[in-house]
Amino acid sequence: MGTKNWPLWEIFVRSKNGLEHRHFGSLHAADAEMALENARDVYTRRNEGVSIWVVESKHITASNPEHNGELFEPAQDKVYRHPTFYDLPDEVKHM
Amino acid sequence: MSEEQIKNLEKQFEERIARDEKIEPKDWMPEKYRQTHIRQMSQHAHSEVVGMLPEGNWITRAPSLRRKVALLAKVQDEAGHGLYLYSATETLGVSRDELYDQLHSGKAKYSSIFNYPTITWADMGAIGWLVDGAAIINQVPLCNTSYGPYARAMIRVCKEESFHQRQGYEIMMKLANGTPEQKEMAQDALNRWWWPSLMMLGPTDAESVHTEQSMKWKLKRKSNDDLRQQFIDQTVPQADLIGLTIPDPDLKWNEERASYDFGEIDWDEFWQVVKGHGPCNKERMRARVGAWERGEWVRDAAMAYAEKQQERKEKQAV
Amino acid sequence: MNNNLYKYILGIADNSLILGQRMGELTGHGPSLETDIACTNISLDLFGQVRSYYQYAAKIAGDGRTEDDIAMLRKEREYVNVLLVEQPNTDFAHTMARQFLFDVYHLLFLQELEKSKDLNLSAIAKKSIKEVSYHQRFSSDWIKRLGDGTEESHQKMQDAIDDLWTYTDELFHQTEADKAMVKEGIGVDVTKLKDNYYQIVNSVLEESTLSIPKSKYFQKGGKQGIHTEHLGYLLSDLQYMQRTYPNMEW
Repeated sequence: MGTKNWPLWEIFVRSKNGLEHRHFGSLHAADAEMALENARDVYTRRNEGVSIWVVESKHITASNPEHNGELFEPAQDKVYRHPTFYDLPDEVKHM
Repeated sequence: MSEEQIKNLEKQFEERIARDEKIEPKDWMPEKYRQTHIRQMSQHAHSEVVGMLPEGNWITRAPSLRRKVALLAKVQDEAGHGLYLYSATETLGVSRDELYDQLHSGKAKYSSIFNYPTITWADMGAIGWLVDGAAIINQVPLCNTSYGPYARAMIRVCKEESFHQRQGYEIMMKLANGTPEQKEMAQDALNRWWWPSLMMLGPTDAESVHTEQSMKWKLKRKSNDDLRQQFIDQTVPQADLIGLTIPDPDLKWNEERASYDFGEIDWDEFWQVVKGHGPCNKERMRARVGAWERGEWVRDAAMAYAEKQQERKEKQAV
Repeated sequence: MNNNLYKYILGIADNSLILGQRMGELTGHGPSLETDIACTNISLDLFGQVRSYYQYAAKIAGDGRTEDDIAMLRKEREYVNVLLVEQPNTDFAHTMARQFLFDVYHLLFLQELEKSKDLNLSAIAKKSIKEVSYHQRFSSDWIKRLGDGTEESHQKMQDAIDDLWTYTDELFHQTEADKAMVKEGIGVDVTKLKDNYYQIVNSVLEESTLSIPKSKYFQKGGKQGIHTEHLGYLLSDLQYMQRTYPNMEW
């Protein structure tokens, strides 16, 4: 044996309740259980977390930066999605 | 892609970096950028992991429980930092196992300072104070380097390392203020670690090969000689404060430059260690390779178990 | 000074001290970076507990000795840890088996100690329970991985369990200090933990496809300071600085 390496996992940590899980980094583990334990030992040594998600890196599908133009630029001119697009007189309150 | 297209992409790429934009793993990047980053980042990771050994050497012999837990936590941080840096390197399409192979086969380099032996307890103080001090000078600018994963790893590393140097200086201070025997131990450690620490900041600018490109990519913000001067200028007063003497007869404050002049570094020694003939090069590699080989059946077993569990789960689902 | 209480605390603390020292030996030499970090965490937890216990013991002794004096300046025969925790890191299977066989006991013990009339001990136990629950989870997982992993790992784990089994019975022996402390509502009656202990251990071993050793021959003596030959070397390291440079501060 000695050919199969522990796969890579991406680690997401919630630092405190009320906040979202944030990507903290990655590590290697043989299975999900070990990934959780390793994440606890590697990424929350200084009290950084209250909840951990682990996902094997190969299960993440990422957008291709080469498609950034078609994916993200069309949103740039859709100003009507933002409140400042709408002209209202100053007298209108609570809006 | 035609040569012209590549030239064009490269130009855009350099402009992005010049604008302080970050490069992320899936972005197009020149092959040289990728290779340079794999080399520097893995070298950095290797240094953290090999760096565990000289300090690990004193964990079982730490003189007090307080010192023992601090040292354990520090060496553990180094493992963590190695891990962050390997992970960041892996985003460039190379696996940790390949990187280990490069280390174990001697193809990859790591910081030469870790090829010196730790022979007294005071060496724990000297390493924390001087070696971590020099490392911080190197590392802080990297928090703003151009490659996103590297910059993020370095932010975490720098944040965690803030206690390392204080830990070392505190050890030295305690020794320097202790019995004559303790003070002598501290001075001896300073004598042995001072010059290697200066060498740690790299060869002189005249001899340094990668500097210009690295500056452009923000892998480096200051030249080796500038970093060295900064290290000396900040460390000499720290030595004075605890009554230790820097082992350099030529060390002298230069009013005009507002900096210390210092003596000649023994570059022959530097290159000897870099080339693999330092006092502990062989031991360090033996320890790393040994741990990896002794761990193989353990890693294999964990994989085999994970696969069995997966199969059982699938069978149950059917 | 309450001599029995002092001795009783050492009986608890020495186990964590010696096991923490053994775990600390592995830092930098673990089978993977992740596992290395995890093992160091266990060592750090144990030393944290040790410091609380010895600081308390030093207060009871009241003779000017510090936590470090108690930890590092006793003679070999004065350490009263169980034989199990001083066994060497022969390989990772032995390290995890030693940890597991101790963790199961340790957690059961602390859960009782938390009820102690002695508020200091109860507080230390309360804090330690969380740490040790994690240790037990970690080591049990490794027993399963290695026991039910490859043929090679199965054999190595079986060997480790077989080797260390002989040291398990001692965990449940009572010393004179134990008996006195149980009577005062301070100490834990370890004899009552035994059935539960073997039940938990056996169920993990079974799940790991490992055989439960049948030998009825057990070793003892640690609690009376009669140790295996391994302890002397461990102490040479542990005590080196304090012995070589006496009466100094670090």
